[in-house]
Amino acid sequence: TLSSERKPHFDKILIANRGEIACRVIRTAKKLGIKTVAVYSEVDANSLHVLEADEAYCIGPAPSAESYLRMDKIIDVCHRSGAQVADVPVSYGFLSENAKFAERLAEEGIVFIGPPSSAIVSMGSKRSPDVQFFCTAAGVPCVPGYHGVNQDADLLFAEAEKIGYPVLIKAIHGGGGKGMRVVSSASQFNDALASAQRESLKSFGDADVLVEKYIERPRHIEVQVFADTLGNAVSLWERDCSVQRRNQKIIEEAPAPGLSPDLRADLSAKAVAAAKAVNYVGAGTVEFIFDNDTEKFYFMEMNTRLQVEHPVTEMITGLDLVEWQLEVAAGNPLPLSQTQIPLVGHAFEARIYAENPRNDFLPDSGPLLYLDTPKPTHIFAPPIPSLPHNDLCSELDSVKRSPDTSTHVAPSMRLEQGFTQGAQIGVFYDPMIAKLVVHGRDRSSALRALRRALEEYKVVGVSTNVEFLRMLAGNSAFINGEVETGFIKKHYEDLFPAVETPSPELLAQGALFVALREHPIQSTGLSTPWATLTSRRFGGDVYERTISIQPDDASADPTRVSLKSISPGHFDIAVHSATLKTFTGVLARLLSPTRLSTTLNGFSTELTIVSQRPSPSHPASHATNTMERLHVFSASGTKTTLAIPPPAYLLSLGQDVLTSSKGALRAPMPSLVVEVKVNIGDRVEKGQPVVVLESMKTETVLRAEVAGVVDAVACAKGEMVEEGRELVNIKEDE
Amino acid sequence: MDVLVTDLEAKLEHARQGGGPKAAERMRSRGKKLPRERLSLLLDPHTPFLELSPLAAHEVYPEHIPGAGMITGIGRISGRECMIVVNDATVKGGSYYPLTVKKHLRAQEIAREHGLPCVYVVESGGAALPHQANVFPDKEHFGRIFYNMAQMSALGIPQIALVHGISVAGGAYVPAMADENIIVADQGRIFLAGPPLVKAATGEEVDEETLGGGLMHSSESGVTDHLARDDEHAIAIARGMVGDLGIAGWKPIGPSAVSEDPVYPASELHGIVGTDSRQAFDMRDVIARIVDGSRFREFKKEYGPTMITGFAHVHGYEVGIVANNGILFSPSALKATHFIQLCSQRQIPLLFLVNVTGRWCYMVGSKAERGGIAKDGAKMVRAVACADVPKLTVIVGGSFGAGNYGMAGRAYSPRFLWMWPNARVSVMGSGQLSQVMTTVSKDPSQHSSLKADIEAQSTALYSTARLWDDGIIKPTDTRDVVGLGLALASRERPTSRGRGSVGSTTWDGDGKGFGVFRM
Repeated sequence: TLSSERKPHFDKILIANRGEIACRVIRTAKKLGIKTVAVYSEVDANSLHVLEADEAYCIGPAPSAESYLRMDKIIDVCHRSGAQVADVPVSYGFLSENAKFAERLAEEGIVFIGPPSSAIVSMGSKRSPDVQFFCTAAGVPCVPGYHGVNQDADLLFAEAEKIGYPVLIKAIHGGGGKGMRVVSSASQFNDALASAQRESLKSFGDADVLVEKYIERPRHIEVQVFADTLGNAVSLWERDCSVQRRNQKIIEEAPAPGLSPDLRADLSAKAVAAAKAVNYVGAGTVEFIFDNDTEKFYFMEMNTRLQVEHPVTEMITGLDLVEWQLEVAAGNPLPLSQTQIPLVGHAFEARIYAENPRNDFLPDSGPLLYLDTPKPTHIFAPPIPSLPHNDLCSELDSVKRSPDTSTHVAPSMRLEQGFTQGAQIGVFYDPMIAKLVVHGRDRSSALRALRRALEEYKVVGVSTNVEFLRMLAGNSAFINGEVETGFIKKHYEDLFPAVETPSPELLAQGALFVALREHPIQSTGLSTPWATLTSRRFGGDVYERTISIQPDDASADPTRVSLKSISPGHFDIAVHSATLKTFTGVLARLLSPTRLSTTLNGFSTELTIVSQRPSPSHPASHATNTMERLHVFSASGTKTTLAIPPPAYLLSLGQDVLTSSKGALRAPMPSLVVEVKVNIGDRVEKGQPVVVLESMKTETVLRAEVAGVVDAVACAKGEMVEEGRELVNIKEDE
Repeated sequence: MDVLVTDLEAKLEHARQGGGPKAAERMRSRGKKLPRERLSLLLDPHTPFLELSPLAAHEVYPEHIPGAGMITGIGRISGRECMIVVNDATVKGGSYYPLTVKKHLRAQEIAREHGLPCVYVVESGGAALPHQANVFPDKEHFGRIFYNMAQMSALGIPQIALVHGISVAGGAYVPAMADENIIVADQGRIFLAGPPLVKAATGEEVDEETLGGGLMHSSESGVTDHLARDDEHAIAIARGMVGDLGIAGWKPIGPSAVSEDPVYPASELHGIVGTDSRQAFDMRDVIARIVDGSRFREFKKEYGPTMITGFAHVHGYEVGIVANNGILFSPSALKATHFIQLCSQRQIPLLFLVNVTGRWCYMVGSKAERGGIAKDGAKMVRAVACADVPKLTVIVGGSFGAGNYGMAGRAYSPRFLWMWPNARVSVMGSGQLSQVMTTVSKDPSQHSSLKADIEAQSTALYSTARLWDDGIIKPTDTRDVVGLGLALASRERPTSRGRGSVGSTTWDGDGKGFGVFRM
């Protein structure tokens, strides 16, 4: 039932978040004419959300515990910014699921856009009594487990034994896979517990964990619910987020593939019932573990916030969920009733992370030296006409729905990003660069659009999972909808094909780029023949050059590529790889500093090539990361990285500074030193943990590569160290 | 003409090999780059290199001294046009023959005239001692190289030296006189006298590295400024140096119009100009294949038609063309004089396309003499000598007698003088000469040998070997070579402003001072 009198929206809202989600909220606010206030930590001063907001306030140093998690500072900004209805819209991470925050805001007379603190308490915390209550109320079976307050390690161990391995240790206040560990045998339990607690404490300010049965072949399906202050609640259908790595989502879709209308109705009805049972208000996500074989689902948790993957729901419903939140927070009823909510087509979201998939998806950090993205077709979800309201429809029937694939839907694409070229993907926050969201008439057309968009997404500066996502979106099992949580492990071979050695064609193109970029691009108009007569050497000489080039792999040998400029824009090329390969009359020119056009053997193509200079902190050496690297993106989006070995003199200069011994342990990325496990004079064995680092909220253990005695420790606990810094030196045994 | 061009290409190719594969291999085995490899690394990629007199010393000395043991030319380094002088150590250890000195001095002259920074790539044992009398003592001999370096430095034209190998005796002064220099470690050596001479002079026994190695000179004597690890490093440093020259040297000025290819292809030039210089051709056909859009605004077309004058553009640069199109009569000389004055007043550079036909200079005979051809010819010579604009000369056919003077021959200091392979330079054509000889001498055997001598000595090859020109060019390259020359000629000359002609403390008031002292 819709009330005829709409309450006004707020005039000014504060967004207690950063990155793409803060930008997302700002966009909707702008659309509605609402002024926005951003908060930022010192390292975020120039970030996109600060630039896009109407006002921005610095709330402290980089670590989130000293900035984005400081309620007092955020409340202070609410007052200072003079927002008459100072609001903190929901989002995810940071304070969005912190019940205390909601309470404090209520005390200060500030509206919190989100559920009442009571709902956060009962939902956000996954402790036994609340969850049991919830499961009973909603009539959903729960996964067996221990959700008690007692955090005694022995007790948790006993509970794990009782549940039976494998078990999952999970931070009570966790999310996003942080503070989560799978334990497959008793012997691993204590280490995993300590690590989960430490991560939990660091990320969420609370070390408490729960232990539960680990389901081996699960799917992750979640239902988006929305409730208003008037007691209405609806389901905005489910999402499938099964394909995960490191227990974190990377690709999400809506609706879940292969779900029968009955099953969809069951999931939706249970989720809505649950929300109603706790008098929920606002956006919430009810997460289920779904067993692919038995088609049974178990309640996992409810997230009292708008999640990262909310855009896929927006795409299939044509709605703006941030707008809905503002609507609900203003005290208005839900804009649509359940029967009116569309379910059209299929949507995907791919999360682009700074990480290295081939290295266990380890996060990466660094500057976005180059960023070229596909052009989004939409900023918000393209609207879909809502269905007629039907009072007579039973509650269960109103959610018994198949996705509408008959309506013609033009493929659309959204790009949710919080960074622009030049931004620094730091070590302090989540390494997500952007989200690509596509919508198509059905699953296969949406996937096709996703693959195309991923081909056009080019990043240089940090490793990304773009290539991996592209492989995933083109994987036949994935295309067939055979998703499950263990998908990556199961299809590892297909998803990570052996890295091919670069073809002679590619080496020739790389060399052409190197040769051409040193000549300024011809500007039309008045230029002297000293610039335009490009291949003229009057004694009969021609410009000739041999360029060494190699795959981005230290063990690879460089290949010599000889170029001869035969007439302007035309080259003869010899690639001295295992077998000599020659190309004659190759037409090549640079269209822009990063775009090379070549016609090789009658095949005309354009490549994007971005050069990455080595970090000045590294002396030149034979290691590829100390060489200039060329990131070559083919027209089909395949990225190949080539390295250019430095000239002999640079190597010889490098030798002077390089005091490399095998016992030196260097920071693999900018990170925080969590623990130094050795002291000078200690004996260490090969493989023994020496330093524990944390970067992007993920711990990395550096182990001794040789057995010997520690003769230098150059870092201390709690210190920030830059990439390449030597942390500990071990004098190798003779 | 095709035969001549093919022959030229073969000779150039041979000269490019320098001292041959053995000497090249010897350099390579010591980890050194070859002279042309050094040059190639020094130059910006995909830029032209205007090489000067590559066939210098061709068949002059009993031994084969390709290019006079030196590569000179103008090329771009870090976006700046520079004069580059490279010793070719594969040729007699890079020692200086008389023509080597001449080639070096000519390069410096061009550099000075155009304000081009000089980069000397040094590896030389100094003067070729058997030739010392023709290398050392005279005004235009070895010492002049250092005089020029000091003068140019004082004029603010940067002097840079890279020492890749031995740089001994007089050669030691090239790096020592440079504003800034680089030495390659364990390879470059600078000393006034080598170990044997030192032992003879003082009895001291010392090895080359201790006596004049890069480390010693960079850390102790201060003779060198930068110590490079290898040839490539030295060149990288030099490229950086040129990139950091600031406002030193003259600035290039772009063309006034957009460059346009000629409508008629240059390849047809081979057919238009025959190898027999008595065969007449219309110079307009040549001009049409050189100038932008084949557009030529002819001046005084109907008057003195054996001389063509007019305005055109080459690679966008404005130029006034003076070209022969038959025997020079008084009106032709007067027309040329008029035109040269015009260009001088308008500050438009001049291009002389020389083809003095009829195998004589100006018209002869009583009619011509009575008409005052000597007076009119002298007017033209005076105009050419005094024209206050840069002159470029291309000898496309014959250049004889006074026609050589009036058409800006070498003695009239054109900025550049190039020859086509068929070109001839002499006091008169060999046919005419033998006719003259028959009238003054009775010995017929002398006639024929003198005729053969004159024939041989008037060829382009003979001329270029002796540096009477800046190189033989292919007719098809004329447009580009002239364009590059015009671009150099149009460089901005420093005004008297800034460098104090007013209130100068120097005797002659030029205010240029001393240049850079090595401390």
